[in-house]
This record gives sequence, structure tokens and C-alpha cells, in this order.
Amino acid sequence: MSAASLKVNGRVHKVDVDPKCPLLYVLRDNLELNNPRFGCGVGQCGACTVLVDNHAVRSCQLTVASAVGKEIVTLEGLEIAGKPHPVQAAFIAEQTFQCGYCLNGWVMTTKALLDKNPSPSDAEIRNAFESLVCRCGSHVGIFAAVRRASQSAKRSA
Amino acid sequence: MAPKLAVSRREFVKDAGGLLIGFSLADSAVLPRVLAAASPETITAPSPSRLDSWLRIDKEGIVHVFTGKPEIGMGVSTAYAQIVAEELDVPIDRVVLVMADTATTTNQGGVGGSTSIMLGSKPLRNAAANARYLLTQLASRRLGVPAEELEVADGIVFIKGSAKGDATKSVSYAELAGAGDLNDALKVSGDGFSLNVVGEGKPKDPSAYTVVGKPVPREDLPPKILGHFKYATDVRVPGMLHGRVIRPSGVGATFVSVDDSSAKAIPGYVKTVVKGNFVGVVAENEWAAIQAAKAVKVTWTAPIQAFPEQKDLYVYMRSAQVKASKETLKRGDAAAALSSAAKKVEASYEFPFQSHATMGPGCAVADVHTDGITTVWSGGQKPHDLQKGFAELLRVPIDTVRVVWVEDAGSYGRPGFEDAAADAVLLSEAAGKPVRVQWMREDMTAWGTKGPAVICDMSAALDAQGEATAVQFTSRAFSGGETHFRPGDAGNYLGAQLTGIPNTSGVDEFAQWGVESPPYAFQNVLAMAHVIPAFHDSASPLRTTHLRDPEGPATSFAVESFMDEIAAAAAADPIEFRLKHLTEPRAKAVLTAAAQKAVWDTRTSPKKGAPGGDIATGRGVGLSTRNGTYVATVAEVEVNRKTGAVCVTRFVCAHDCGLIINPEALRTTIEANLIQSLGRSLKEEVTFDRSNVTSVDWVTYPVARASDIPDRVEVVLINHPELPSSGAGEPSSRATAAAIANAVFDATGARVRQAPLTPARVKAALDGLRSA
Repeated sequence: MSAASLKVNGRVHKVDVDPKCPLLYVLRDNLELNNPRFGCGVGQCGACTVLVDNHAVRSCQLTVASAVGKEIVTLEGLEIAGKPHPVQAAFIAEQTFQCGYCLNGWVMTTKALLDKNPSPSDAEIRNAFESLVCRCGSHVGIFAAVRRASQSAKRSA
Repeated sequence: MAPKLAVSRREFVKDAGGLLIGFSLADSAVLPRVLAAASPETITAPSPSRLDSWLRIDKEGIVHVFTGKPEIGMGVSTAYAQIVAEELDVPIDRVVLVMADTATTTNQGGVGGSTSIMLGSKPLRNAAANARYLLTQLASRRLGVPAEELEVADGIVFIKGSAKGDATKSVSYAELAGAGDLNDALKVSGDGFSLNVVGEGKPKDPSAYTVVGKPVPREDLPPKILGHFKYATDVRVPGMLHGRVIRPSGVGATFVSVDDSSAKAIPGYVKTVVKGNFVGVVAENEWAAIQAAKAVKVTWTAPIQAFPEQKDLYVYMRSAQVKASKETLKRGDAAAALSSAAKKVEASYEFPFQSHATMGPGCAVADVHTDGITTVWSGGQKPHDLQKGFAELLRVPIDTVRVVWVEDAGSYGRPGFEDAAADAVLLSEAAGKPVRVQWMREDMTAWGTKGPAVICDMSAALDAQGEATAVQFTSRAFSGGETHFRPGDAGNYLGAQLTGIPNTSGVDEFAQWGVESPPYAFQNVLAMAHVIPAFHDSASPLRTTHLRDPEGPATSFAVESFMDEIAAAAAADPIEFRLKHLTEPRAKAVLTAAAQKAVWDTRTSPKKGAPGGDIATGRGVGLSTRNGTYVATVAEVEVNRKTGAVCVTRFVCAHDCGLIINPEALRTTIEANLIQSLGRSLKEEVTFDRSNVTSVDWVTYPVARASDIPDRVEVVLINHPELPSSGAGEPSSRATAAAIANAVFDATGARVRQAPLTPARVKAALDGLRSA
């Protein structure tokens, strides 16, 4: 165990953990940030996605030690001044998801995608999401939400 | 909807003490007893015969609805709120649900068979209607006018024609509910799924609906998307330890010894628990538990070779001795018609073991006190059954066990959340502390329960004019209930079986035609179903149970593929052929609606004169019925002749489930079922060797991904307000595999009769055409 400082959602948290512990468990169990979710633990589903320096990263595959000094953002950190982030607003408007257990990965990956490419083509959307799993099969609504978020990003740009 | 509903149901239960005003003040008992700081000695479920077991109104006018049904991701909670708001004439944002807590809700059998609206909403509708009636009677006395002269809007009872807000001519539900003294007795019928209550007040005529039938946004989605929602995985209780399980080295392997010396070096490791062949670790934090489960060295005896080689599965199933048989449909004399047929069509279809592979592996928290109250938090679909099963497992009275359902990842049946909860119970009992167990991915995919493998042999007789005169169906399948889908006894759970408790509750559930099947009116029909024995009677990773519509996807794949094969033999268009052999108007209507929306190309299959090249295109249809719901699905595909890869480019699904409560939530549920079943049709197949399931993750058990999603998915909803609601969800999973296989046939002339339609299988069928 050793002390580490993690900057998550703009706040610095001191934790005393095994430096080899995947970031996922520290976010969930030490910081009680529940939205990065355990889906597979082997980087195949994306349910644990967080933003690390604006990149969508699988927190089950990133050790605490390598997250130190980075800007980490979780789903909890997306709302702006208590209002839904436009990406969240788009998913809400589209009524996307069944159970929603996987949604953390889709919402965070959408945020990272649109930050880099505000107007992705349908093919680019599929490419960006190929590594994510939604077991319920809510993909139709997910794609619609991404397109809606892209439109709203263009409008506000 | 208003933020009121964003409050989690558990928080509500915790915070609501003292606020509630029941209809009968005599029973303010249930919640306060549960919430009392001092541990109660027993927890008794509320009686369904009391109105306040279903519904209460607090002094703020909030309507608290208590239902034994969980929400498993299809929007049922919003639909329930609509139904109650409709009957009571209150704004929907004033309806709050408490779902599936065995201490505070009646036993409605949990969720199953897509029946939560069809059956589960009935007592809620009737209770709400009765509450409105009783409150109106009270208002009549209070305001001194006959009840017939009163109206209700927004939870205010007022004299018809009076000015809005005139306090002398109106009174709110909140004021009335405080008056108590209401005859709250309800007449109870049925139990479990069929539990219903009836009071003096009768529900509205559907023609008067203003909330039911409207696309109300799902109440659970904003908190989920904003990150405020708490799933079962997020339950934390004081002093909680984290557990992980260590499964045997294969089926039938037994425990020899354990060496946890390496685990002892892990900070936070507490101990290893061994009970028979059940092995688990507990630790102070999750990462320590995960590491310890890897570090602990368990020696097992060699597993038995209980399974055949996977490539021999269907050969094995054909040769296995039948355990039970059932004739499910007989009309006329199919055998005679077949023996005198001018032309016979015969085909066999095979459907593999599939995994629930829930997005979140099983997770639960258990706080076991065998001398007091045990509490288990679980996302399992049938909490009241879990209560019974865990009481048996712990050998304690049932009223000392409370199961609190907390929403988890979508479960699609009985996926193993029940087994994970039992693991938590076993570990908490051994550790003497609350324990949270979350399975690792391989625990879920490899060791979770499975949907059964099914073979269907079909034959049809055609007369000299090409008319189909007889159809015969024979299935051979593993039971849909080797593990009983109602997890109400100790032997039901994997962990318990590993401790040595036998699985005695399993049932023979058949892959059948003629029950819940499209009502084709062939003159002579015979349907037989055979169940073959489980590979191994206890703790098998290939133990079967309900997976989203027990055997429907498998039998529909067979029957609906075969309808196309007969249509082709009779030189008929697949939809026209079906319409000709159907008399049921609703079945015909969904086919016609799907055909219209898809702009169906009416002709025989396969498509003639198609251009050459690598990509062939085609269209196919499948029809399904389930619990009174009718579904027709059209699939359009592109088949790569070189690789055998199938790409579904479009789905059109026409869906009739009677009265629609929430069309928007229904549409998204149908879309999701189409996509999930697309994955099951093209990709999903549990792999195994002689002793183990080798599907352990998302690579070895692939499901639908972004690249598999059709460009167009169109849903046509057919509403029948004059008919009761039937189920949604499962019904739209049934027809997909056949629709796709029929489209592949239409495109290429190659018939694939084994699911999933992987590139290798399609390629083999294409190669077969060339060599034929």
C-alpha cells in the first residue's frame, strides 16, 4: 500500500492503496464513484470507461500508479453547473438504454469522440464504438443519441 | 418527470418513516417496523388483501405504490406509474414506486415471461381504481354532495363545474387520506404472477385514458444517464467485506486441499472459506479479494468428462436416451398424410447453448444473522423466491430473511444473479460480516446458467397441387428448467450445490410447438417434444434454465425457417404462404403490416436473376406469438459469398401486444430485443470441452457489436385499446433467427439450419450449393 494523489472530476483525492490496483476499484470503492462499472475486467466491454487527459480509457486496465498526475473525469463529472452535459442531454432525449449498466462506457466514449470529431460519420461512430458492449442491444438509440449530440455540438459551436 | 422519482427506492424506504398516511391508520406498521432502529424479530410480507399494501398517499399528496415486481430495464416502472396516475387522476410525477422488497411488497412472483404488464399491472390498476373510488366517497361526505357530482383532477376532488381552487368545493387526496376510516379490504385471487385484487372501485374504460398510451419518458433513465442511479453493484453497508468465488477445475471435480499462504501476504485478505466444494475468499477491499482468489491454491480431483466434444453435440443429443416426452399439438392424422404425400419436405434445425452473459456479472450483498434478521440485496428477478430459498439455505424461518431487490444489469431470465446472491449468503454466514460478492466475467459467462440446446426435426406433406396438408414437429432438447427458474429452494443455487445440497427442484420443460406458437391452420399436425437428461446433475456449468423466452428462439428458428422451406417447395411467396395458412386476424395483421412497411417484394425465394458478384442481398420474414402478443419481423441481409459473412441491413418489426401503455418505451424495448436476438442469431454459441465451458469473456462469447447493427430498424406498433395488454420483450426475440436465415436463403439459395449463422456455417452451405 502507498499513498497516491488522484485528480478526479477536478478535485484531488488522497488514497492509500496498492499502486498496482486498477483505477476502477479505487474510483468505486475508495471514492464511491459508482459509474465506472465492472463489466469484464479485461478491457473488452468498456463499462469502466473514464476520461484520462481527455482520452477514453478503460479504468480496469489502468493502474493507480499510472493515473497519478493525470486529469481523470468520470460520468459523475460531466454535468456542468448542475445541468446535464449536452451528450447526457442527447441520451436522455433519445430515451436510450434498457438496463443502462453499460451506459457509462457509451456516454464517456461519445464525449471523447465528439471532443475530437464533432461531426462523425456513421462509419466513424461505428468504429469508435466497436469495442463497447451493450448486452441489452440498445444500439439503435445509442447511435441516434450520438448523432443528436453531434448536432447540438455543431449548433453551439 | 419530476425529480421526485429520481430518489432511489431504497432511499425512499429509508427516509419515509413517519411521513406515510395509509388508508387505514391501524396499519402504519409495515414500514416503521422495517425501519425501526432496533432489529425486529421477524419481517412479515404485507397482505395483498389490504389496499395500503399496494398504495399509500402521504400528506404531500405523493402516491407511494408498492409492487413485488422489479424493473429490469424495459421501463415497467414508468408504465406502472402511468397506470396508477391514470386511475387516480394524479400527475404522474407524484407517483413513486417501491419495488420488490420482500418486507414491504406483496409476492407477485417477481419478473418472468414478459408478464409484468400483462399480469403484474392488474392489481395495481385495480388498487388505484379502488383508492380513487374510496377517496371520492370520502370527499362526497366532506363536501356534502353525491359522489356522482364530483370529479378528480391532479389529485384534487372537486364539485363538477366549480371554480378551480374554490376551497369550499374541493378537497385534496392528501387531506382525505389522513382521515383514515376507509374500507380497505380487497378481494384477492391467484398468487405469484397471477396475484390480483379487486375492490369496489372499478378501473376506467380505456377510451377515457389520457396518460396510459402516451409516450411518457422513462423515469429511470435520467438518473442513470446523469450518474445518480444506484445499482445492486453500488450497495455498500457498514463493515462490509468483499468476496470472490473460486470454482472447481471442471464439472465434477471435488475439493482436496487449499493453500492460502500466498494470499496471506495480500493486505486486506481475511480468509478463505471452504464448504464442501464451495470455495471463496473474503477480504477488506475488492482488489484484495480479486488478488486473493488468484493467489489461493486449491487442489481439486480431476473433473469428469461429462460433456461430449462440442462438434458432436447434436449427434450426442440425437443418441441420448429421452427422459420425458410430451405431445403438444395433434390435429388430424399427420402420419397418414405424410405417408401418402405427393411430395415430402424434411429438415432439421439445431440451436446451441447460449449464455445470459449479463453486462454486469452477478453481484449481491448479504448480511447474514442466523439468530436475527438476514438481509440480502440482489438484482435477481424473483426476490420473494430468493427469500424462501435463502431461508432454506440458512435453515432459518422465512420471516427472518429479507431480500431487497436493487436494480442490476439486465437479466433476461434466471442468469446467475441468484447464484451470486447465494454465494454472498454463504460467505457472509462464514465470515460473520456483511459480504459483497461480484462475480468475475468468467464466473458469469462460463459458470452462469445457460439457455438449452435444442434440435427440431420437421417434416411436411404436400399434395399433388403443392398444397401443404400436414406438418410434423419433433424436438429433442435439454430441459428449459434443469435449474428451476423460480429460485425458491436451497438446491437451486450453484454455490449450495457445491456445498453438497442436491438440486431437486428442476423440471422437464419442453421445446414445444403448438403452445405459444403461430396458429397455422394446417389440416394435419403433430408436435412432439422430448427432453434429454442433464449432462451432470449438480454444479454443472452447462446447467440450463430460462434465458429470454425459454425455448422460443430455438423452436421459432426451426418452425419459421421450415415455413419458408415449405413455401419454396410450394412455389409460394413466404408471406402469402403464411397468410394462406392463418386464420387468426391479429397474426395476419402483423404480417401484413410488416410487409407494407418493408415494401415486401412478393415472389418466391430464392431470388432469381440476382446479379453475380461477392455480395448477395435478400429478404426474409419470421412470425412469432407469445402470451397473446403477435410479432412479424422482416430482415434484409447482405451475404458475402466469399466469406459467408451475413450483414443485416434492415429490420422491420410489426408488433401487437394489445393495449399499449407506453409506446416509446415499448419501441425501444422491441429494438433492443431485435438487436440482442440478432447477436444470438449470428454470433452467440457457448463453447465447451469435455469438462468445462470455454466461453469465458466477450471474445470467446461474442455478442452483437456496433458493426452488426442494421442501418435501419423500424418498428410498427399496432395498438388495441379494446384488448388487455400482453407481453413485450421476449416476443420480439423469437422470430429474428428465422427471418435472417430466410433472408440468407432468399439471397443465395443456401439454407442454414444451424444457429448461429456464423460465416463458417453460411460458407459451408454456399459451398454445398456449388457441389450439389
